[in-house]
Order: sequence, then structure tokens, then C-alpha cells
Amino acid sequence: MSWTWFHRFGSPPHVYRLARTLTPWFAWPAALLMLAGLYGGLVLAPPDYQQGEGFRMIYVHVPTAYLSIMIYTTMGVAAAVGLIWRMKVAHAVAASCAPIGASFTVAALATGSLFGRPMWGTYWEWDPRLTSELLLLFLYLGYMGLRSAFDDVQRADRASALLAVVGLVDVPIVHYSVTWWNSLHQAPSLLRFGRPTIYTASMLVPLLIMILGFTLYFVAILLMRLRGEVLRRERAASWVREALAS
Amino acid sequence: MNATAAVLDSRTDIPSALDVAGLALARDLRLAFRKRDEIVQPLAFFAVVTTLFPLAITPELSRLRESAPGVLWVAALLAALLALEHLFREDARDGTLEQYALCGRSLTLLLYAKTAAHWLLTGLPLALLAPFAGMALGAPAHALAGIVITLAIGTFALSLIGAISAALTLGTRRGGMLLSLLTLPLAVPILIFGAQATELAMRAQSFAAPLELLAAFAVLGVTLAPLAAAAAVRISLE
Repeated sequence: MSWTWFHRFGSPPHVYRLARTLTPWFAWPAALLMLAGLYGGLVLAPPDYQQGEGFRMIYVHVPTAYLSIMIYTTMGVAAAVGLIWRMKVAHAVAASCAPIGASFTVAALATGSLFGRPMWGTYWEWDPRLTSELLLLFLYLGYMGLRSAFDDVQRADRASALLAVVGLVDVPIVHYSVTWWNSLHQAPSLLRFGRPTIYTASMLVPLLIMILGFTLYFVAILLMRLRGEVLRRERAASWVREALAS
Repeated sequence: MNATAAVLDSRTDIPSALDVAGLALARDLRLAFRKRDEIVQPLAFFAVVTTLFPLAITPELSRLRESAPGVLWVAALLAALLALEHLFREDARDGTLEQYALCGRSLTLLLYAKTAAHWLLTGLPLALLAPFAGMALGAPAHALAGIVITLAIGTFALSLIGAISAALTLGTRRGGMLLSLLTLPLAVPILIFGAQATELAMRAQSFAAPLELLAAFAVLGVTLAPLAAAAAVRISLE
């Protein structure tokens, strides 16, 4: 089997062009899906029999919370690829993931706390999933802090990549420790064996559409940040001048 | 690297990898006893922090007792964190770490020795001092053994995990703050189960379950952390 397709991802100009071509293919479907999901979630879905209209927060809360963890995993895998195969572009992907992941974590915390107000009666409850989300934010901040503490890009890449891999091992441990520490949160509404808490298709389908839309949105933003990151790293290269001139 | 190790192993006049690790351990202990400040200061810091809590909360022992496990563990965590800064910094500055990396023997094993020395010098004294702080916070006498055991295991796991972040922040400009930001989220499980074990010990209940989980983290740290720390040291020497 030929590995040329894989090696081409190691080439910054190729990745730059690929990212530029692919961005609209993710951005437009993301926009359409999110609009459809919002309409389905806010208008078509019936109010929850227990939580009333307040439950509609899940259409933003669940996708952001899911992405906050998904992006950390993406970052850790990209960092591991960069460490193992010394691939500059993989480090660029990991570096571009961190601020997006941190933003989604903040969004998940904010919507979770707004969700908590009608459900628990307070904006903040030391419930395990909110707490591990907060710790995830600290992990993102540590990663970004370590990156910015180095002047040399290559050392920042390798040190932060190691931290991301260590974090990848630690995230599940932290999550389950916090879960054992305190369990107040309602059971997960989607990833549960047997019947989900969300019974009707008119409630579930918009949520799935929103999750897909948010994921595509993440990919689009990642591709845009990746282009910036590649340009910044390769600013001395001649292909950059040609690419920006065209 | 492996070829070098094989050549070294074939010669009998050169110390083996384990001997080298033993030498590194002895060196760190000897250096620390010649410069006692580094042993005494984290302990003094721990004592000061545990003194601040009664001043801030209440002098009533009955109310202090409720928060005693948390206070002990947070103070121990902060003191251990403060000591972590010195784990590699001096050795990186004077080139010792570079020699360790170049000596042909397993850097992982050498860092393991350094981490063990660090724990013997900071974690263990902290665990031995903790019963006095615990009594001052209203811990009953039957809980004191539990406090020592849980803190000894907990600080050992913390030294191992902290070695990774201490190695990662080598060569950065503002090390201390960043070191805390990197270490504390990773140390959350230690804090949770350590404080839980201490609380159960104070209530004279069996604290075997959280203690075993704490020991499990220490074992995980023993197996993985020095590997990651060695990789981080190599990155800092590039």
C-alpha cells in the first residue's frame, strides 16, 4: 500500500491549500444544520413533561459539552502523532485545537450553569460533571500556558504535546474520581444503555442535528485556525508569499 | 542509546543502571542535608498554612474538626507543590541533568531515583508532621496513624505526577505559577481520595477503600510518570 497520501499531510503548503478548499464544505453544512436544529429544538419539539421549556437548553449545552471532550481527544491524538512521527502539521493541529476546545468548555460551563438555575435553583452546584468540565478547562489553560511559556516553537510543540498525551490518560481518571466524589447530576440523557430520557423523536432528532452541526462547525473553525497557524510557522517560506499573492 | 547500554553492561568495572540510580539517590539526599533550608521550608510553609485556617475560620475545635481533612490535604498539596520547583531546576541549571541524559544509563531510572529522594525529603517529613497539625485542628488520637499513612502515599503519588510537570516547565521563564496550573488538575484524584480517607479515619471508620485507590494512583505513577518525565527532560535538553 502506498503511503504518499499520508506523507502529503506532512507538507505545510499542501495542508494549507487543502484546508482552504475544505473550509466552506464544512462551514455551510454546519450553518444549515445548526439553523435546522435550532428550529427543531426551540419550535417543533414539545416542552419536557418535567423540566418544561427550560430543557431546551440541552440543544446548546449537550453539543458544547460533547465537543469540549471530543476536541481534547483530537488535540491529544494530534499531539501524539506529532511526537511520534515528528510531524509539524500535527503539532499545528493540536495548537489550533486548544483555544477552540477551551471556548467550547466555557460555553458548556455557562450553559450548564444557566441550566442549573431552573433545575437546581442555583447557578453553580458542585456536581461531578460541571466540576470535571471545570477541571477540563484548567487542563486547556495549562496546555495553552505551557505553549506560551516557550519562545521556541519546536520546544513548545514537543513539551505541550507531551502534556496533552499525559492529560489524555488523566482525563478519564479525573472524570471518574469526581463522579465517585459526588453524584447529584441527572443521569446522562443521551449516552445511556436502554431507553434514553429523551423519549420522542421530535426532541431527539434536533439534538442529534445540533451535535452534527456543532461538530462540522468545529472542523470549519479548526481548518481556519490551522491555516493561520501554518502561515505563522512558515512565514519565512517562499510558498507563503505565492499563496498569499494568488 | 541501547547499543551504548549494551556496551556498558558488558563491562564489569562500570556501575550498573541500578547502582547509578542508587548513586543519584544518595547524591540528592547528601546535597539536601548539606543545605537544610530546602527540607525545612516546605514544612514551615505547611505549618503556617494550617495555622491560617483556624485564624480565618474559627478557633472552636468542634467546627475546625469538620474541615480538618480538607485543610490538611490542601496545605500538604501546596507545600509539596512549592517543593516541586526545586526537583529539577538546580540540576538543569548546572548541567547535571544533561550528564544524566548522556551517561548511557536509563534516564527513567535516574529520574525515578531523583523523585524518590524528593519524596523522602519533602513528602515523608510532611506526612510525619501532619499528625501535629491534625491534632491542632481537632483530629482525634485514633486518626493520627491514618493521617500519616494516607499523606505518605498521597505525597508519593504527587511527587511522581509533579515530576512530569516540573520537567515540562524546565527552560520556561515563569516556572512556578505554570507548574501549579499544570500539576493541580492532574492531582485532583489524589486530593479527593486522600481527603476522603483522612475523613473516614477521623470518624473511626474503615478507610481501606479510598486508601487502596490512592495506592492505585501511586502505582500508576510509579509505572508511567518517570517515563513521561524522562521524555520531558529530553525535550528540555534539545
